[in-house]
Amino acid sequence: MKEFRDRKVLAGLLRSIGRRAEQVGPPVRMMEVCGTHTMTIHRFGLQPLLEKAGVVMTSGPGCPVCITPDAYHEAAIGLMTRRPDTILATFGDMTRVPTRQGSLQTAIPAQGSRLKIVYSPQEVLETARQNPGREVVFFGVGFETTIPSIALTVKQAAQEQLSNFSVLSALWIIPPPLRAILESGEVRLQGFLYPGHVSAIIGLRPYAFVAEEFGLAGAVAGFEPADILLAVSSVLDQIIRKKPAVANEYSRVVREEGNPRARALMEEVLELKDAHWRGLGLIPKSGLKIKDSFGAWDAEKKHGLKLDPGSAELPGCRCGEVLRGVLAPPLCGLFGRKCRPESPLGPCMVSLEGACLVYYKYSRP
Amino acid sequence: MCLAVPAKIVSLDESRQGEVDYLGTRVKANFMLLEEAKPGDWVIVHAGFAISRMDEEEAQETLSLLRELASAQDP
Repeated sequence: MKEFRDRKVLAGLLRSIGRRAEQVGPPVRMMEVCGTHTMTIHRFGLQPLLEKAGVVMTSGPGCPVCITPDAYHEAAIGLMTRRPDTILATFGDMTRVPTRQGSLQTAIPAQGSRLKIVYSPQEVLETARQNPGREVVFFGVGFETTIPSIALTVKQAAQEQLSNFSVLSALWIIPPPLRAILESGEVRLQGFLYPGHVSAIIGLRPYAFVAEEFGLAGAVAGFEPADILLAVSSVLDQIIRKKPAVANEYSRVVREEGNPRARALMEEVLELKDAHWRGLGLIPKSGLKIKDSFGAWDAEKKHGLKLDPGSAELPGCRCGEVLRGVLAPPLCGLFGRKCRPESPLGPCMVSLEGACLVYYKYSRP
Repeated sequence: MCLAVPAKIVSLDESRQGEVDYLGTRVKANFMLLEEAKPGDWVIVHAGFAISRMDEEEAQETLSLLRELASAQDP
């Protein structure tokens, strides 16, 4: 695996990218959809090297913590305030997202309610088994990478008839926002790097519309520096040959058909809904909710949670524009001044793969 | 969030629970999302679940493609 970070290999790849970008006509603009790709690109200093080679990378909407509207957090905070016996479990980043009502960590919940940070949804099942007298709510957030594990966890709870467990689902699927970004025409793009681990689940087919309807090139990328450069090179090749496609440059992990077993679980437990994304607004069939047949484990139903789509973001935060790819984080007036990792004003500065935090850590001007 | 790591399967039982070795640390993992997996295989682990099996042959092919692209000379 070392070779995926080898200096000589990377330098050679950058030279070959430079030659191809010259053929296309620099600067060639691409979007890396996935926040973990944004991390690789900046952590390994690829951004300026790619720019020198004639390719400009723009970060996209691929950070689930970032695109989840404040309404979900406010519903969770509301629940913890009303129900003193609640244990709310979620992934670490989620607890620090600031809203008008504070974050899950700073809002003052009812005495006795408790916030628990977990790594896996399976831990939450265990918490529910150990606390039969208390309500345990999993605030589950994620893209297709994470969704099958949450679906499976709901199914297990149903099989066990674990009646004190439910899920507040902030579950998002990746292809619809790409269509939304392309249809808006707000940002001029010539290609996409598709997320590696989302694609391990969904396969290649769901991106086909990008090439077929919009004529745009794209490649699934892995997470090593050489993986990124290989995918960039593949996108340039497609542009040169005028054959836009969905190339798989992460074939050691991603199969063309994805992971059918994981998708079958998603389909068994969840169904599509129109959903609001931070910055992107309402996107048809872009979110997932728990099916009626598993309704007893749906926290929205069970606890009568209202997700107010109109809930406003903190004033001045431009996270939404960052997620659409129209604003580079350092150009936000709050970046690095009022909004910093220790005192974030929006989720893009909270999440480990939020573009603002990534720029702050690795590419501060 | 979609951060997932390559790890090697150490053990796997009939209920499809097991352990993986990640950089020398043993971590519990759930294998219910995979059709087939056996100790010794490399998998991608995310949020406590193995979500994909890594293919050694494909990895080698990517590496040779990398070498080829990286060593191509200026025309």
